[in-house]
Parts: sequence; structure tokens; C-alpha cells
Amino acid sequence: MTLPPALAEIVEDFAALGDSDKITLLLEFAAELPDLPEHLKQEAMEPVPECQSPVFLSVDAGDPESVRLYFTAPPEAPTTRGFAAILHQGLDTASAQEILDVPSDFYHELGLGSAVSPLRLRGMAGMLARIKAQVRTQTGIGGSAPPGSGRPGA
Amino acid sequence: MSVETDPNPAFADYAHPERLVSTQWLSAHLGAKGLKIIESDEDVLLYDIGHIPTAQKIDWHLHLNDPVTRDYINGEQFAELMRSKGIERDDTIVIYGDKSNWWAAYALWVFTLFGHEDVRLLDGGRDAWMAEDRETSFDVPEYPRSDYPVVERDDSLIRAFKPQVLEAIGKEPLVDVRSPQEYTGERTHMPDYPEEGALRGGHIPTAISIPWAKAAAPDGRFRPRAELDEIYRDLDPDTPTIAYCRIGERSSHTWFVLTYLLGFTKVRNYDGSWTEWGNAVRVPIAVGEEPGAAPGVE
Repeated sequence: MTLPPALAEIVEDFAALGDSDKITLLLEFAAELPDLPEHLKQEAMEPVPECQSPVFLSVDAGDPESVRLYFTAPPEAPTTRGFAAILHQGLDTASAQEILDVPSDFYHELGLGSAVSPLRLRGMAGMLARIKAQVRTQTGIGGSAPPGSGRPGA
Repeated sequence: MSVETDPNPAFADYAHPERLVSTQWLSAHLGAKGLKIIESDEDVLLYDIGHIPTAQKIDWHLHLNDPVTRDYINGEQFAELMRSKGIERDDTIVIYGDKSNWWAAYALWVFTLFGHEDVRLLDGGRDAWMAEDRETSFDVPEYPRSDYPVVERDDSLIRAFKPQVLEAIGKEPLVDVRSPQEYTGERTHMPDYPEEGALRGGHIPTAISIPWAKAAAPDGRFRPRAELDEIYRDLDPDTPTIAYCRIGERSSHTWFVLTYLLGFTKVRNYDGSWTEWGNAVRVPIAVGEEPGAAPGVE
């Protein structure tokens, strides 16, 4: 699995812990999610109808060698904040290509399934997919091919 | 042993006021013998960032679902869960949670499948407690194991399965409690819940749309009886009625309202809900704002 070094380190840290320590670590991540920069705060306040887990994310791939990621989620959604913080600390300032190369199912390696449930973990996959889509749109890297296409004979 | 009920006059008009407790009541009864408090949330980490003192966490995904089959845990597993939490069969259980108690109502519905008699909701849930700056704790309490008996789950009274719902079309009222966009078919999942989507959008023909959240006031508490009577005026308290949503959690909230606040006697929750129906082959579906007719009926 090819992960940018920062994300690989986070994955290793989680994988080494038992369930209750994993939860503690995820909460630490949630607490460390930085505030949005001023210019994104207004945009993030636009309401989403019946949205139960309102994560806001913004991608700036203006410099494909150092993609900037911005997230916010309310304090009453600590799991979402924790997932966002993992992606932020693991992928902010990575290159566009590095981000596109992150396997969509990398989160399995965190071993969080039994602590937060596999279904909830897919929320992190959803965030990663949104990030990759933005990176593709902004840089043109990888064209518009959906993941998994291009397999011979598929 | 069970604990006295909350005499709060705000609950007096409900059909079963004994099913609710207020934040004041719970605050005054913390530590009462025979009282166990359970937090059950959408966000699984909320409990860990501070909870009502003495409360324990039960998570729907992790604790109430069978890990392999799409079903709830069985009698053995439920008994083990209760024993590990120190809960006795005759204890009073108060459940609370985030999002106007929708997951708490879901847990309460599952507890009811196992016939736990005295299980109540904290009106307003977690948000009400926090909004009043009441005491919170990080301590995860450990109670001595109980000898909770193995009771087989009874799916016959309050749970509906797909064949029964098919049979009910055109004969029994169906209530779709999802958002209007999900009802019409414009959306096949809730925003941010793509993993719980369905291949087809729309609703079960003849189902009327009464979104669950109408029953909750902005502060997360249940609306007064008169307002609830108005919201559910198209339904009859003695007619068998089936409620559904996407996975059965929002419809548990409606099931609670109809059964305990309005005194309906035959409400079942179709927990397969849209994630089953919208993916099933050859079941009838209606799209748009109208309930639609039963198949074969013009």
C-alpha cells in the first residue's frame, strides 16, 4: 500500500493500539482539527437539509505539489471530526498524485472497525472520495476515469 | 427493582407518561437503586467526551446488531450484554442520545423486542442535558454482573418484515418517516450517508409521508400531545400500522411517539426499511409526492 509518510505513520500508530486506546487517540485527533481559515468560514455555514453529519471540506490543489485540505465538523460529531483530522494530518500538503494514490480502503488498516463499526468507517472513505474528486477536477490528473476502470477485460 | 415514574405535568397528556423522564427527574435520581442509564448515539464517540454520570454506552452498530447476519442480537447475546452492564430484568432503564433521541428510541425499541418492561427515554436526550449545563462525567462505571435471564426476542408484535409489508400494501396504513426528498425518490440516501443508499428511489405504494422530525421540537423534546395529534391525524390508533425509514432508526422514533405518546396499540417498525425495499427485486415502488395506489388497483 502506498501512503504518504504522514498518513502511513498515523495508520501505524492506530494499528498498534487496543480498542479503548484507539478511541482515545481518535478523540485526540478530533480535538486537534484546526479551525477553518477566515475565507472559508462563511461558505461552511450554509445549511445542508437534514444533514446528520455535517462535515465541510474544501480542497485547494492550486499547487499540485502541495495540496491544501480544509475541514470542519461540529463538536457534537466527534467521530466525524476525528476522521477529518486523520485525513488532514495525513494528507494536507501531500502532492496531488500522492493523494490520488491513496487506496480507497486504506482505513481498514487503522483497525477501527471494532471500535467505531465498519459502517461508520465508510464515512472516512466518503470523505477521501470527495477529496480525490476535487483534486482530479482541479488538476486534471488521472482524467475523469472512475476508480477501477481501465482493467483489461473488465 | 423499578424506580418511581416522573410526575412531570408536561407528560400528563401523553398516553403513557411513564415512558418519559425529564432532565430534572433524572438529575434528582442519579444513583437511585434499580436505575440504569444508557447512552445511545449516532456518533459513537460522544459518550467518551462526557456523559451523564453513571451512564453506560450501548451502540446500535457495535452491540445491538448481529455482526454477521442483518438482524438483531439473539436472547443469549442480549442477556450477556445486560449482565455485563449490571442490568437486572426488573431494573428501570433510562435511555438518552443525540439527534432528538432517534438512536435512543431505536435502542428502546430493541429492548422492547426482548420484553424489558421498564425502559424510558430522557425527554430531549443528550442535547437537553448539555444545554442545561448539567453534571457530566468521563468515568465509565463498572457494575457487578447481573443474572439477567435469557429471553427470546419476540419479533411478532412490534417488528415487520418485507413479506408482511408487501401483504399490507393497500390493506394497512404505511408511514414513511424519511425526508420528503427520499420519499419522492429524488434522493436514494440521506446527504452524507451514501453507504446506506439504495438502487431505487421512491416509497412503498400507499405509504403516507410524515417525516419523523415533525414530532420533535427544536430543543429535541417531544411536541405536546395536541400538536402530535394534529401531525398524525391521518392515522388511527387501533388500526395496525407500519412505519419505516432507511434502516429502521428514524421509524423507531415514530414508533415510540405513536405507541407511547399517542397510545396506538398495533404499530410495527419495518427495520429492513428502504435499504431493503429500494434494493429488492420486483417490489412495487411509487415515486413523486403522491402515496400511489396498490399494485393492480387503479
